Amino acid sequence: MNFVANIGLEVHVQLKTRTKIFCGCPTTFGAPPNTRVCPVCLGYPGAMPAMNSEAIRLTVFSGLMLGCKINPYSKMDRKNYYYPDMPKNYQISQYDQPLCLGGGIEIKLADGSKKMIGLTRIHIEEDVGKNMHFAASSGIDFNRAGTPLMEIVTEPDIASADEALAFLEALKEILAYGGVSDVNLEEGNLRCDVNSSVRPVGQDKLGTKTELKNMNTFKGVYRALSYEITRQISELEKGGRIRQETRRWDDLAGVTLAMRSKEEAHDYRYFPEPDLLPIVLTPAQIDDWARALPELPENRRARMMRDYGIPEYDANVLAVDQAVANYFEATAKLSKSAKSASNWIMTTVLAKLTEQHLAIGELKITPAQLASLVNLVEVKIINISTAKEVFEIMFAQGGEPEEIVKAKGLAQVSDTGAIEKFVDEAIAANAKTVADYKGGKEAALKALIGQVMKLSKGKANPGLVNDLLKRKLS
Amino acid sequence: MANLNQLTVAEAAEKLAKRACSSEDIVRAVLSSIEKTDKQVGAYLTVDAESALAQARAADTARTKGENKPLLGVPIGMKDLLNVKRQPCTCASKILNGYVAPYDATVVAKLRAAGAVLLGRLNMDEFAMGGSTENSAYQPTRNPWDLSRVPGGSSGGSAAAVAADEALATLGSDTGGSIRQPAGFCGCVGLKPTYGRVSRYGLTAFASSLDQIGPLTKTVRDSALLLGAISGRDEMDSTSLDVPVPDYVAQLGGDLKGLRLGLPREYFIEGLDAEVEQSVRVAVAKCRELGAEIVEISLPHSKYAVAVYYIIATAEASANLARFDGVRYGLRVDGEDPLDQYGKTRAAGFGQEVKRRIILGTYVLSSGYHDAYYLRAQKVRTLIRRDFEAAFKQCDAILTPVAPTAAYKFGEKLADPLKMYLGDIFTIPVNLAGICGVSVPCGFTSEKLPVGLQVIGPALGENVILKIGHAYEQATPWHKEKPEISG
Repeated sequence: MNFVANIGLEVHVQLKTRTKIFCGCPTTFGAPPNTRVCPVCLGYPGAMPAMNSEAIRLTVFSGLMLGCKINPYSKMDRKNYYYPDMPKNYQISQYDQPLCLGGGIEIKLADGSKKMIGLTRIHIEEDVGKNMHFAASSGIDFNRAGTPLMEIVTEPDIASADEALAFLEALKEILAYGGVSDVNLEEGNLRCDVNSSVRPVGQDKLGTKTELKNMNTFKGVYRALSYEITRQISELEKGGRIRQETRRWDDLAGVTLAMRSKEEAHDYRYFPEPDLLPIVLTPAQIDDWARALPELPENRRARMMRDYGIPEYDANVLAVDQAVANYFEATAKLSKSAKSASNWIMTTVLAKLTEQHLAIGELKITPAQLASLVNLVEVKIINISTAKEVFEIMFAQGGEPEEIVKAKGLAQVSDTGAIEKFVDEAIAANAKTVADYKGGKEAALKALIGQVMKLSKGKANPGLVNDLLKRKLS
Repeated sequence: MANLNQLTVAEAAEKLAKRACSSEDIVRAVLSSIEKTDKQVGAYLTVDAESALAQARAADTARTKGENKPLLGVPIGMKDLLNVKRQPCTCASKILNGYVAPYDATVVAKLRAAGAVLLGRLNMDEFAMGGSTENSAYQPTRNPWDLSRVPGGSSGGSAAAVAADEALATLGSDTGGSIRQPAGFCGCVGLKPTYGRVSRYGLTAFASSLDQIGPLTKTVRDSALLLGAISGRDEMDSTSLDVPVPDYVAQLGGDLKGLRLGLPREYFIEGLDAEVEQSVRVAVAKCRELGAEIVEISLPHSKYAVAVYYIIATAEASANLARFDGVRYGLRVDGEDPLDQYGKTRAAGFGQEVKRRIILGTYVLSSGYHDAYYLRAQKVRTLIRRDFEAAFKQCDAILTPVAPTAAYKFGEKLADPLKMYLGDIFTIPVNLAGICGVSVPCGFTSEKLPVGLQVIGPALGENVILKIGHAYEQATPWHKEKPEISG
C-alpha cells in the first residue's frame, strides 16, 4: 500500500522589537541571566502588561506579506498552565480571534513545479523563560520571558520533509525581507512544532497525528520528519496503529521517541485577557502598513533575471538576502557587465564576507567602487588576477580601485613596444621551448606566454602577448 | 479641639498650609492612636513608624522651602494588596509572607508625588476575597463601633482605621463592594470609582475586570480630594481611561435641585434588614427635602448579579493567583518536582476561601463547562450593564442600601459562604457594570451600628455622586459621630 503524509507546522518567530511585548525590558540576546527583567515580565503581584504596538505592526506586516486576511478586531487571551519557566503560570496569547487568518507560501518542488502551502492563522504571544539545569540544582533565566513571538500555523498541506524544508526556507527568507525578525536560528528566533500523519493513497480522512515539539534547526526538522513519516508508515504496514502523542527528536540517535507526559490531556482554560484592550485595526492603518511592503523574494528573483539578464542560479544566490540583492542591483546598474558584477559578488564578495564573519552591511566597498573594479577588467585596464589583488586592498581598507591601480602601478601593460621587449627576451632565453613550438607542440606557446608574464610582473595584457608571440614565431 | 488624628484630610491640609501644625505632629498623633487602640481594633498588619516619621519630616522640610502640594505631609494608610516599594505586601495571605514589593503602585506614586506620607499596611480578607476581613491569614479586625462585630470587607482594615481615627484616610480596593460595604459597616465614606478611572497597576489583582482602587475617608470631601489625586490615565494600565480628571472638590456644594434620583424597586427586598431599610428610606426623604426628584426605576437583571459575579470573578482569580507558586517570591514549600512544589506551596499558603474560589474559577473555565458558565455569565453581565444604561436615561444617580444588614458578629456568616456572598448583593452590580458608587453614613441601628447609603452613578459620574453624597452628608449629623474607642 502507498501512503501520503500530511504535515502541518506551528512556527514561532521572534519579532524584531527593541523591547519586550508587555514591558520596557530590552530583547537583547545573551545577557547574564535575569538581568533583562522587571516586575511585569517576572509576573510580580500587581504588575500589568501593556501592549508593544510594534509587535502588532510586525505581525500584521508579516500577514500582509503572506497574503493573510487581517482581522480588524482581535483580542488577547490567557492560556493557563503551570510550568516553572512561565512567570504568571498563564501565557498571554491569542485564542479564537488571531491577528491574521489564511494566506500561504508558494514553494518550489524538486521537479521545478510549484505548490501553495496554506496558512491557517498567525497570532502573537509572549515567550517564556528558560529552565537551566545544573549538577545539584535547577535555575530559571527569565530574560527571554515576554519576548514577542508570532506563531504561524500552516494547514496540513505539506507532504514531505523536503516540502517542509522548502517551506521553512521560503518563510525565513520572506520574514527577513520584511525585516520582521532577525530569523537567527542559533539565537532561537525561529522554532517550530511539527505535526505529521500519514494516510493510504485514496483515503481522504487524515491519519492520526503526532507532534514534535520545539524543533530549532531546519536540519532537525528535516531529519525528524523523514524518520517520523517512515516510522508511521512502517507501523501501519505492520498492522499497528499510530497513537496521538507528543514525541521528542533525539538528534544524536536520529530517532523520535514518545514523551511520557500526557500532553493531549491539557485543558488551557482560555479566556479573554482582562488587562489588555482588544486590538482594533482601522483599514487606514492596515493600508498604511501595506504601502511599506517589500518586493518578495520570488518576485525579486524573476525581476533581477529579467532586468539584468543574469541566470536563475545567480538570481537565487543573490536574492537569498535582501541586502545582497540590493548591493548587486546597485553594482550592476553601474557596471558594463551585470553578469560580471554577479560573478564578483557571488564568489569573491560573499566568500570573503563569510570567511571574515561579516555582514554585507559591514563591507567597506561601495557598489560604485565594485562597479569601477568590474569595469577596469572589462576595458582591460587590469586583468582578473590583478583585480583580485586590488579587491583585497579595497576589502581591507576601502578606496577607489582606479587610485589603487595607479598608486601601485598595477595597470595592465598594453603598450606593444614594451611587451615586444619582454617577448624578445623570452624567445632569446628559451630556445628549447621555441624549438618545441616550432616543431608543432602547441602547449609550448603557453609556457612562453608564462615567461613573458613573469618578465612583465604580470602586467602584460595576455591577449597582446599571445598575438605578438605567434607573429614572431611564425 | 479635636486631636490631630481625628482630623479629616482637608482639615489637615489646611492646618499644614497655615503651619498650624507639622506633618510630624499629625503622624505622631496617628501613631499614638494606633499604639493606643489598634491592639483592640487590629486594623494594621504592619506600621513602619520610623519611615512614616522620616517621610513626615521630609514633608515639613519641603514645606519650609515653599512647597505646597495638596497632600503634602498628610498620612494615608494602604490596604495590604497595594505595592509600596520596600514595604511588605502580603494581601493578608501566608503565601506572600516575606515578599517585599520592588516597586510602587501607580496610585502610590501619585500619592507620593502629591506629598502624602505612606503609613502602614491595612488588614483585609486574603486576596480581597470576603466581606468581613475574617479571611485574613494574620489577624481579625474588629469593628470600632462594636468590637464583637466584623468591620466588613474585604477592605476591613482600611475602614476600621478611618473609623477609629487610626488614620486620616486610607486606600482600599473594591471588586464587588470591598470599599463600600466596610465603609458602610464602619460609618465612613467609601468610594468605588468607575472602572478605568484609577490605574490598577500595582494593585495585586483579584478579578481584573472588576477591581478598582478607591479612598475610604471621614467625609465626602476627602474622598473627592483623594480621588483627584489618584485618578488618571496610566500607560502601565491599558484599561485606565484617557479622560481628563476634573476638580472633584470644586464641584461639591449646593443642594440637589434639578437632580433625579432613582430607587430601584428590586433593591428593597426580602432579607433587607428593617432598620437598615428604615435608615435608607429616611435618607431618601432627606434627599427629596434637599431638592431632588425621586423616581422609581427597575434593574431587572440585578438578581443574577451575585451568580454572575462568582463566575467571572473566580475565573479571573484562578488565573491571577496562579503566579503564587513559590518559584520567585513569597512562601515556598519544597517538593519532589516543580508540580509537587506548587501543590505543597499553594496548599500551605492559601486559606480556605481563596482555595474555594480558585477551584470554582478553574471549574467554570474548564472545557465542557466554559460555555455554560463563563460565556453565559459574560452575556448576563452585558444585560446588567444595559439595565444601568437604561436607568440612567431616567435619573442622574441611584440610591440603594450598601448592604442588607449592618455589621454582624464574628463567625456569624463564616460557615455559610453563600450567606456571606449575598451580603454584596447591592454593591456587586456596580462592579459588573463598571460604573461608580459611594457609600455615605446614613444613620445607626438601635444597637448603634452604622448604616450606609449607596449612591450609584453612571460611568465617570463621580462628580455627580460626590455632590449628592456631600449635600446629604452636610445636611445630616451622621459623619460627626465617632465610636467610643476613638480619641
